[in-house]
Amino acid sequence: MFAYIVRRVLATIPVMAIVALFVFSLLYIAPGDPAAVIAGDQATPEDVERIRQSLGLDRPYLVRFGEWVFRILRGDLGVSIFTNLPVSLMIQQRIEPTLSLMVVTLLLAVTIAVPMGVVAAWKAGTWIDNAVMSFAVLSFSVPVFVVGYLLAYIFALELDWLPVQGYTPFSNGFGPWIQNLILPAVALGSVYIALIARITRATMLEVLQQDYIRTARAKGAGQRSILFLHALKNAAVPIVTVIGIGIALLIGGAVVTESVFAIPGLGRLTVDAILRRDYPVIQGVVLLFSFVYVLVNLAIDLLYTLFDPRIRY
Amino acid sequence: MSAPAIDPTKVAAAAPMPDIMPPVKARKGFWGFMYRNPTIAVGGTILLLMVLMAIFAPYLGTTDPTALAPARRTREPSAQYWFGTDMLGRDVYSRVIYGARVSLFVGFAVAICASIVGLAIGVVSGFVRWADGIIMRIMDGLMSIPSILLAIALMALTRGSVGNVILAITVAEIPRVSRLVRGVVLSLREQPYVDAAVAAGTRTPIIIWRHILPNTIAPMTVQATYVCASAMIVESILSFIGAGTPPIIPSWGNIMAEGRALWQVKPYIVFFPALFLSITVLAVNLLGDGLRDALDPRMAKRL
Repeated sequence: MFAYIVRRVLATIPVMAIVALFVFSLLYIAPGDPAAVIAGDQATPEDVERIRQSLGLDRPYLVRFGEWVFRILRGDLGVSIFTNLPVSLMIQQRIEPTLSLMVVTLLLAVTIAVPMGVVAAWKAGTWIDNAVMSFAVLSFSVPVFVVGYLLAYIFALELDWLPVQGYTPFSNGFGPWIQNLILPAVALGSVYIALIARITRATMLEVLQQDYIRTARAKGAGQRSILFLHALKNAAVPIVTVIGIGIALLIGGAVVTESVFAIPGLGRLTVDAILRRDYPVIQGVVLLFSFVYVLVNLAIDLLYTLFDPRIRY
Repeated sequence: MSAPAIDPTKVAAAAPMPDIMPPVKARKGFWGFMYRNPTIAVGGTILLLMVLMAIFAPYLGTTDPTALAPARRTREPSAQYWFGTDMLGRDVYSRVIYGARVSLFVGFAVAICASIVGLAIGVVSGFVRWADGIIMRIMDGLMSIPSILLAIALMALTRGSVGNVILAITVAEIPRVSRLVRGVVLSLREQPYVDAAVAAGTRTPIIIWRHILPNTIAPMTVQATYVCASAMIVESILSFIGAGTPPIIPSWGNIMAEGRALWQVKPYIVFFPALFLSITVLAVNLLGDGLRDALDPRMAKRL
């Protein structure tokens, strides 16, 4: 068990190293002079020269990569070309809205999607099942920003139930905070809900055919206890795996959702950085999101033993 | 209904079956397949219509999708401008019809490129032991960068062009495809007929060509449709946030990006391209689900 944990933790190191190498190399994969690429179209030769020196392009590639990694390990993500502020500071300023959005979306999605999938599996073949599956296919097909605009149009503009756009910090109270997050969370969560509901249904269908479910039924266990205690517990591992993998969808979707709902988070930061070709910021955000993603999935892998005591490493 | 006793000699001689057993209409061929797989039929038909619409865009009552006319800007949908006009007076209907070309082209191109490259990487990974570890670690690394973010990061570096959009989305999709192919290849290698081929002295390239590749076609086709659907969505997202195809090209994402500023007052500019994009992606997804059920029953059971 302990050996497994150590092995699993160590296994993330090469993955993170490859992510770091890739993010670092992006700049050099692009055709042309990286300094000119960063400087953009309207740069003067002096700008290009200044950036070339700040990048240290005269030194060997691997040396630069090594230095870059060490700086990152110390928490130094470089300095924004556009604002001249440290990237880590810019991320710090923008992290709360994004974190709020993701946590709310995650909670919302799991509380909606899992019961949805369970019911669909229980009523397999009926109209409920068909409705859930149709919703899933539909959610996979509509881009997140379209869902966002649709929701904002109906619930904010037409019905006037919720604010159209914007973000209120958590420190201003739970009410205003959650009001601003409901629509973005539903929009961002739609694909995620579809994904989780689908995998829940598929796994539950398989589990419900097992002998121990028949045994539970024979001993007179209630339908609800069979579904949620006996079956769901045994279906937990694939469902939780997908919840972890699906966080990639949340991260990608957050970039867009924040643009639609004018939420000043990391997504907006990314979009602004792209439009200004502020490369250190892009690198910092991509690196941060990827590491969070890797760590979440590492945590989930390690938690498996809690969900399923049959798993022994 | 029990069949009356029939003299076997008579049956052998008589060509037509007796009336008591009406010929079973086994629907065969193309139409039978469509009848048994309604999702493929529906998805395929819609997709075909979209492709035809894209090809014959100039003949569908469209005008120049890039023609500016400031005098008639932001007109509501009417008999003359079916989907209205945008803030530069361009005809939204024409732009949406022409936009199908960009979205479909990007979707198909990414599906094809990602399939070919993913297939090559997956086969190498499944057959070359020492390369497998390295390749899969690299794929793990790439997969831990959320694909939209990866595509965004790649686009931030290059000039916005359709080719670069295709390249960026392809790179983001390759890890998933090559993992799938590797899995299929590894399981196929355990099959008795592959053992038999090895025992008979067949050389590895021939084994790959004759025994491995044909068996990857079914899962690859299914995967390619999903890649196509996701590529169209990612393309629209890239264009929407301004990191996609150049604004001059009327792609669905670009039309929506331009309508963004006015969406509260002129929602139709965003609505029509969104509707077409969603229907097209839905069609591709239906096609993929149908193909999965028809071609790969084991995979169908899992999802």
